[in-house]
Amino acid sequence: MNERSRSGIIREINGPIVTIRLPGVRNGEQVKIGDIGLYGEVIALEQEYAIVQAYESTEGLRPGESVEGLGLPLSVELGPGLLGSIFDGVQRPLEKIFLESGDHIPRGLNIPALDREKEWTFKPQPDLEIGTWISANSLLGTVQETETIELRVLVPPHHPRCELIELAPEGLYTLEDVIARIKLPNGKIQKIRLYHRWPVRTPRPYVQRDHGVSPLITGQRILDTFFPLLKGGKGAVPGPFGAGKTVVQQQVARWSNADIVIYVGCGERGNELVDVLETFPALQDPYSGRKLMERTLLVANTSNMPVVAREASIYVGMTIAEFYRDQGYDVVMLADSTSRWAEALREVSGRLGQMPVEEGYPAYLASRLAAIYERAGRVETNGCGKGSVTLIGAVSPPGGDFSEPVTAHTKEIIQTFWALSKELADARHYPAVDWVGSFSEHVSTAAVWWHEKIDTDWQRRRAQALALLAKDAELSRIVNLVGPEALSSAQRWELEGAALIKESVLQQSALDPVDTFSSPEKQYLLLNIVLTIFEKGAELIELGVPVQELTSLPMLSKVRRAKQVYSSEQCDKLRELMVDFNKTFDEIRLEYAKFKEHAQ
Amino acid sequence: MSAKEYRTSASAKGGLLIVKDVPNIAFGDRVLIKDHRDHKRNGQVIRTTDNEVLIQIYEGTEDLDLENTWVRFLDEPLEISLSPELLGRVFNGIGEPKDDRPPITSNIRRNVNSSALNPAARTYPREFIQTGISTIDGLNSLVRGQKLPIFSASGLPHNRLAAQIVRQAKLVDEESSFSIVFAAMGVSYADARFFQEEFASSGVLGNVVMYINQADDPPVERLALPRVALTAAEYLAFDLDRHVLVVMTDMTNYAEALREVATAKGDVPSRKGYPGYLYSDLAEIYERSGRIKDRHGSITLVPVVSMPSDDITHPIPDLTGYITEGQIVLSRELNNQGIYPPVHISPSLSRLMKDGIGKDDTREDHPRVANQLYAMYAKAQETRNLASIIGADELSERDRRYLKFADEFDQKFVGQHEDEDRSIIETLNLSWELLSLFPKSALTRVSETDLAKYHHSSKK
Repeated sequence: MNERSRSGIIREINGPIVTIRLPGVRNGEQVKIGDIGLYGEVIALEQEYAIVQAYESTEGLRPGESVEGLGLPLSVELGPGLLGSIFDGVQRPLEKIFLESGDHIPRGLNIPALDREKEWTFKPQPDLEIGTWISANSLLGTVQETETIELRVLVPPHHPRCELIELAPEGLYTLEDVIARIKLPNGKIQKIRLYHRWPVRTPRPYVQRDHGVSPLITGQRILDTFFPLLKGGKGAVPGPFGAGKTVVQQQVARWSNADIVIYVGCGERGNELVDVLETFPALQDPYSGRKLMERTLLVANTSNMPVVAREASIYVGMTIAEFYRDQGYDVVMLADSTSRWAEALREVSGRLGQMPVEEGYPAYLASRLAAIYERAGRVETNGCGKGSVTLIGAVSPPGGDFSEPVTAHTKEIIQTFWALSKELADARHYPAVDWVGSFSEHVSTAAVWWHEKIDTDWQRRRAQALALLAKDAELSRIVNLVGPEALSSAQRWELEGAALIKESVLQQSALDPVDTFSSPEKQYLLLNIVLTIFEKGAELIELGVPVQELTSLPMLSKVRRAKQVYSSEQCDKLRELMVDFNKTFDEIRLEYAKFKEHAQ
Repeated sequence: MSAKEYRTSASAKGGLLIVKDVPNIAFGDRVLIKDHRDHKRNGQVIRTTDNEVLIQIYEGTEDLDLENTWVRFLDEPLEISLSPELLGRVFNGIGEPKDDRPPITSNIRRNVNSSALNPAARTYPREFIQTGISTIDGLNSLVRGQKLPIFSASGLPHNRLAAQIVRQAKLVDEESSFSIVFAAMGVSYADARFFQEEFASSGVLGNVVMYINQADDPPVERLALPRVALTAAEYLAFDLDRHVLVVMTDMTNYAEALREVATAKGDVPSRKGYPGYLYSDLAEIYERSGRIKDRHGSITLVPVVSMPSDDITHPIPDLTGYITEGQIVLSRELNNQGIYPPVHISPSLSRLMKDGIGKDDTREDHPRVANQLYAMYAKAQETRNLASIIGADELSERDRRYLKFADEFDQKFVGQHEDEDRSIIETLNLSWELLSLFPKSALTRVSETDLAKYHHSSKK
């Protein structure tokens, strides 16, 4: 591929932007800059000069030093060994760099992303015969990458229809070993290895797009029950600082029923990635029972790492996600945070002197954002069934203002919007997902799944709960104006009902070992219990039972604790609780009837 | 080092100097400038082309002329010398002595712009630091290696609070004390003096390194100061195995200096005139705190950020909050009521608290007690609002209990004396005293076991 390595010289250095003179260089091409050999990418050509953004700090670089064109765009290595690793924004293996170079990341390093020494057991596809005509993404064999994930070795996507002329037998192979040879229609023979490279800014091709059908289950009640996201969907989590974006993202990474999770820490805190690195290997995947780290991959460009690599990190994560999607897996990619990515764009465009439009952002912000989100989706693969990439982007609006450009543009693109609220977070209502500002366009599709798997009443119950919460907001306004005395008994019971929904269903502690994950069944049971109590209570109030008698019932604090007392495996206990509550209500009703009779 | 001096300055304004007809100078190079009175100034190359360079002068461009300015390129980045002798000394923003003592001599010299710490080299901070302040220890615990800013505003006692933290911070069950790096940017003479006296009177002066740039010192120097101070902190922490507490005040002055230079350079402004890279620039500073695998020392960072016009959404506190691991927010309202320290707990937060507290670190009920106090205080604030509309007499008995709780919480829990050093157990016991104003059934965020063990009605 590297057919023409050419050299030129540096003319100007302005922070991460380097102007070079390199005849014949292409837009998007990677270059090696200066005596230390920094990596960079050509982002513009102007007459005889090329503008390069450097992925590393340019300190010490001087005009006149040489540059070398590498002949290919920024690409990633795709093959076994990706899972469980942590890479930087241009896919350099950070753990290996730590072992080789110490605490700080030196510049000009060139360490391949994947281990070249390690041997993998390749199993050829049993029914695949030599001489078969195959094409891009045809399945050649498998490698057990981790205990849970079987990597499917496919013909790389850029190949046309071709003839299989050799396939390696089962055995141990390194990444560089040839496991198949194919003959192209023009007679050229090409080798296939366990890995290949793919340019990150080019979406990987697929056979055709498909509709999302099943919800991504995250184990978080407010997300799954109230604002569902489909596998292959696009979601965003905007929120001011301290509202809990990172915790929401980490909870999704931990508990979602995806096959693979790719966590892109884009311009965020180093310690948050360390938290994932240190806790995930000890955590169990609730579905497979295996270690969570076996299905997880981290791409880290923390906020103190060079800003240009931050822009690249999202594309690197997305390309890896598509690689597993093509093997028929459901992949969740978390991008924390897309605002930092947008700011990296802004910084580069500012240094190039491009005309800013809104808050200094370049005019192409909206189209770039849309193009990234568009790479999410559920697709039909060539030979591995359906695969999907779900993209969830965190957004960090300055000052928590959702009308700023990144949040506003994102909102137009995505289908599920989990808006985090500062007020809820300040009251320590976590997850601070605001039920008024959030939305999901997937409710009716998700309902099909919920009705089939859990209960046919799901959509009705969900709507009732939201209606009660809306009523609560309205009544609270009255209370704040004239005090609670102005409300009728029925209205005061509605306030209590809404409080129950908030405290026993919506609030969920990520730190509590039981409450951190809630199966769909448990989610529905909790919601159903709360709404049943509300309805039965409302009937009693209709009969004339004073509201104080109901609000002081000890069972209400029992309901509030239920989420932390009973795990997802103890749904029977929740059903028993329901029976108890029904009994209590019947007793009150009887007693009250007697009392009334007596009074008459 | 090149001995050649250039007298080809083409422009001097806003702390920036353009020199023409110079051969390929490295980006980030240190520069020595001699002005017409033979005074030396320091600078750094911030843009370079094949025939001209842009230099940022730390002492400013005041009083320079173009003809009699000699520029020498040192062919090295901005570095400082490091040795244990740093402790007890006072320096300016670029590491030159400010205490009439000789410069540090050492063969350890480091670039103040350290390259990024590899996230894979970090280890998660989880050791509880007791500051003796209830609102911090009980509700927003600080851990070793954390960056936790104090969001304040003019007229609020952030300096006294920072000094109290410096005096009292310690690990439970460990004698080792912190070494202090104190970085002051654009502070008034009085404030600088306050800290110096504070360190002297508490007897820690020999364990403190001070980097001071006063309000009347050149603003450009403020850009180098936090980097110089953190380079010293990294040396103390990771070479000398010390636990370092870095106090920086005031980051708002730093950001304003950054804006000043950015505007002079012609950078595209984003919000309120601050450059688009303010976030990355602040992150480069804040992210240098932390813990590293297999290293004994640590860097805990407590920056003071004053919120212009008390506005927490102003770009400086806002971007800081997105980078740091929480924030301690001071409130003018509490301060006006005479409550010290006036910590407003609702917007305050410590992100790293979860792993530093609980059974093995403080006490098993701590996480739940903090959660419960927050829930009760949030509800109590609503009740206060209600009482201010309909009058306290109209409130139900239940609501009046919340009012009582809110008042006692502000007075007893938030308020404490400036030299009152409460242990975490005292803070937790105080929490239960306040929570016991409520019947057990109202406390649903603590466990049944907690209630049986600590609720005052269980103790009869």
